[in-house]
Amino acid sequence: MGREQALKHFRLFALLPLLALLGGCNAIVLNPAGDVAIQQRDLVIISTVLMLLIIIPVMALTVWFGWHFRESNAEARYEPNWAHSTHLELIIWSAPLLIIICLGAVTWMATHMLDPYRPISRTAPGQPVTAATKPLKVEVVALDWKWLFIYPEQGIATVNEMAAPVGRPIDFKISSSSVMNAFYVPALAGMIYAMPGMQTQLHAVINKPGTFKGFSANYSGDGFSKMYFDFVAVDDAGFDKWVADAKASNGGALGRTEYLDLERPSEAVPVKKFATVDPQLFHLILNMCVQPGKMCIHEMAAIDAKGGLGLAGIDNVQSIAYDKFARRGSSPLATKLYVASVCTKAAPMGMDQEAAQVTPVSSTPLVGAGLPLPGMFNKTFAPKPSNS
Amino acid sequence: MFENFDLQKAIFGRLTLESLPFHEPILIVTFIGVMIGAVAVLGAITYFKLWGYLWHEWFTSVDHKRIGAMYIILGVIMLLRGFADAIMMRAQQAIAFNGNEGYLPANHFDQIFTAHGVIMIFFVAMPLVTGLMNFVVPLQIGARDVAFPFLNNFSFWMTVAGAMLVMASLFVGEFARTGWLAYPPLSNYAYSPDAGVDYYIWSLQVAGVGTLLSGVNLIATIVKMRCPGMTLMRMPVFTWTALCTNILIVAAFPVLTGVLALLSLDRYVGTNFFTNDFGGNPMMYVNLIWIWGHPEVYILVLPVFGVFSEVTATFSGKKLFGYTSMVYATVVITILSYLVWLHHFFTMGSGASVNSFFGITTMIISIPTGAKMFNWLFTMYRGRIRFELPMMWTMAFMLTFVIGGMTGVLLAVPPADFVLHNSLFLIAHFHNVIIGGVVFGCFAGIAYWFPKVTGFKLDPFWGKMSFWFWVSGFYVAFMPLYVLGLMGVTRRLRVFDDPSLQIYFVVAAFGAVLIAIGIGSFLMQIYVSIKNREQLRDVTGDPWNGRTLEWSTSSPPPVYNFAFTPVVHGLDAWWEMKEHGYKRPLEGFKPIHMPRNTGAGIILAGISAVTAFALIWYIWWLAVVGFIALVATAIGHTFNYNRSFNIPREQIVDAERERTQFLQSAGA
Repeated sequence: MGREQALKHFRLFALLPLLALLGGCNAIVLNPAGDVAIQQRDLVIISTVLMLLIIIPVMALTVWFGWHFRESNAEARYEPNWAHSTHLELIIWSAPLLIIICLGAVTWMATHMLDPYRPISRTAPGQPVTAATKPLKVEVVALDWKWLFIYPEQGIATVNEMAAPVGRPIDFKISSSSVMNAFYVPALAGMIYAMPGMQTQLHAVINKPGTFKGFSANYSGDGFSKMYFDFVAVDDAGFDKWVADAKASNGGALGRTEYLDLERPSEAVPVKKFATVDPQLFHLILNMCVQPGKMCIHEMAAIDAKGGLGLAGIDNVQSIAYDKFARRGSSPLATKLYVASVCTKAAPMGMDQEAAQVTPVSSTPLVGAGLPLPGMFNKTFAPKPSNS
Repeated sequence: MFENFDLQKAIFGRLTLESLPFHEPILIVTFIGVMIGAVAVLGAITYFKLWGYLWHEWFTSVDHKRIGAMYIILGVIMLLRGFADAIMMRAQQAIAFNGNEGYLPANHFDQIFTAHGVIMIFFVAMPLVTGLMNFVVPLQIGARDVAFPFLNNFSFWMTVAGAMLVMASLFVGEFARTGWLAYPPLSNYAYSPDAGVDYYIWSLQVAGVGTLLSGVNLIATIVKMRCPGMTLMRMPVFTWTALCTNILIVAAFPVLTGVLALLSLDRYVGTNFFTNDFGGNPMMYVNLIWIWGHPEVYILVLPVFGVFSEVTATFSGKKLFGYTSMVYATVVITILSYLVWLHHFFTMGSGASVNSFFGITTMIISIPTGAKMFNWLFTMYRGRIRFELPMMWTMAFMLTFVIGGMTGVLLAVPPADFVLHNSLFLIAHFHNVIIGGVVFGCFAGIAYWFPKVTGFKLDPFWGKMSFWFWVSGFYVAFMPLYVLGLMGVTRRLRVFDDPSLQIYFVVAAFGAVLIAIGIGSFLMQIYVSIKNREQLRDVTGDPWNGRTLEWSTSSPPPVYNFAFTPVVHGLDAWWEMKEHGYKRPLEGFKPIHMPRNTGAGIILAGISAVTAFALIWYIWWLAVVGFIALVATAIGHTFNYNRSFNIPREQIVDAERERTQFLQSAGA
């Protein structure tokens, strides 16, 4: 509590010049709606104030010394050989040191407190999260160039719009289908990268109802500029209604086939809702094996952990022509090879034949949306404006 | 066009007529402009019969002073290209609102911001600081040249070759569309199959050879070639910062070479270092590139810290305050710069303890940096400050850089970085330190040492014009970006949907126009200075009442720098010599042994550029031929035993007599 009180004082004291500077613009980072983002904002302000303690005197001294000791001022003292002072040296090393000790302590605490992987301990000042509070689980996938939100508990999925109830902790699991992106809703909490084959986490809470902007904060290719979504904060009843709307929508089911179609590059995609979603989908996306017949990363890692497939494994490979990487073209001097067949307990005679014979979704090369590429590819691939 | 498609592929690789950007009107116009300019320049050189002069006196020169000057010319030329990219981005972002797509398609815009970053760092800032170090360091330590003069020439031409490849990408194919650090998976073959990333890789690899060798060269020079009496703790601060910078180069650039080599293996032969599949890990690339990338920031800024130290002491007419602590601060920054790289990606989920460690080490760097700031401040204290152009840049630096330093420390607080990372706040921050630090420092250095390079001072009027437009332009262009960052606007966006942001981008674009006028004034300053060189002539060799050895010789220095190797008895060697009534020796000259010019450097770099071009376009036969030619030429050059000559005594006597007359004319 003491720390929070201190934060409040700092906030009031520091916001005045900043507000004057910002001149009433909508600085969402300084005026967010989620408790995590509010604490991060406070930290921005505390750090700035701490540093201004030394920056302002330095700037003032620079101007003052520059003016006072100008050549034309004959009254200023001139000591061409004065170049050392132990006292001054002590001050000039210790003053920044003290500031950094304070800032370092604040940093250590705040970094741990606001670690995005750490479940939040309060939903607002004075409102601790109890064991009874159940966070809302959301699985986020950055696609080229839109956002997929899977609600595993509600069994729905949406594109380019997500909703969350006010005051309830949200537990995000984040990944990407192709390249690096960053999941960022400035009003809610700081960003975290969305990376293919990897899962990042974010814990946050939204405290005010409203519609806030979310977007990718890491450049990810041609359609990046239009890769934003609405983050809708509503009360519990509103959230239930939003879920019910998705279930009642005619979006249909999001299974592996629909996902493979959805993940193809497209820009400025309108909001889309799926009434049901394959419960395994996020796991498959994360392990890069939504394509039927392709080995998942965790299986590959498990084989490698046991020493690999040995010499026999070298020839036990095939190139998969319909995989999205194959469809994006391969290196000039080699093609990508996949493990062709592995015997497992579930399939003692090798790869599941049914899975291997699934008809490829598409074998069209996957290149940027609507952009001609010189050289290797001469065709123009028309963008898929929407999936609705 | 070609009946036999395979034959075409065998000869030209993937280079086809479609690789030429006929469909891009902006590029066609640029190309025509560049061609007219090139024809004019080449025509003028031919008309005035300058080819022989340029080849013998400049291109093949192993004189560190000429190579230093050529580095700076390269940096200034590339600044024009990099700035053209900047102003195109500013224009696009100022108009792309309310459904207006602007004038740049994504394909082009993404190349522009990538090229802007690559060019500004590798081919503007690096050549400028390397040029200053090359020119100044041997003079400051009383040496006649660098340790390996031929290597110096080779290094310079490799840098030029890298720059040429980037320029070639403008008109043949395209440049990378990945951002200036080319993070995979986006930069991997699956997402960037075209030649852009290959241009990126090979231009940096070729230029990187030059940078690394120049680092080796300057370290050897500083360690082994100091004149008698110049102990390490008597070296001028600029030489100290140059030493630390080159240690950083030698330690950091191999990491860049390595990581780019791994990326090219991924792209060319299908390895899986940085793929997301098959056990590859793109975050490994991000770690490695920043293990190079963060020291790179200090590679750029340490030399200009040295420039500011020299300038502040000289124009305050006073010893540098706290020389020892300045040296230690430099060394501490050098070491710490290797312990902070992760702060560039706090948001990739490294965990709280790792993030706090790297956040706090980053903050610790601000302590020696702050100490330096105070040292400059107390050098001004009780000084008698002459506000000539270099000192004006220094003042602007001190006031600007602290703001950039402050926002930098702010970004080093991980939870704060979570809301500001990749935003325009970040863009404003690093332009604040790079323009406010490196660019202002290079302009200070150029204005300070220009008379030493050419023998005449720079015109003060146009210099002040340039100064005021640059400084005000910087603030107008980048302060709005700080605000936009706080409004949650991220970097590298081509179009916007929120009309309330437009005014900030318009202001920023206006700032870029001011900077353009600043650059124009700088070019005007050079032109006017050359025109009025007789009025601006520096006959003394010491126009600023300097303190270090470079001011003890003539302007421009003779090819051998010093007729007699100086002997140093303390810090600020030239100041001490002046204080103790130093008399320039007028007789007793001996022949001086000097290295001979050689064309091997420019030839090797030319072959490297051709080989790299062949690799970019998959012209395998040419790559093989180029590589063999490269090795053969390099071996062939080792059989060139005619590498040095003696400057005859008479020539030195004549040169020194001329200097004596100059000095008498100044004294009279």
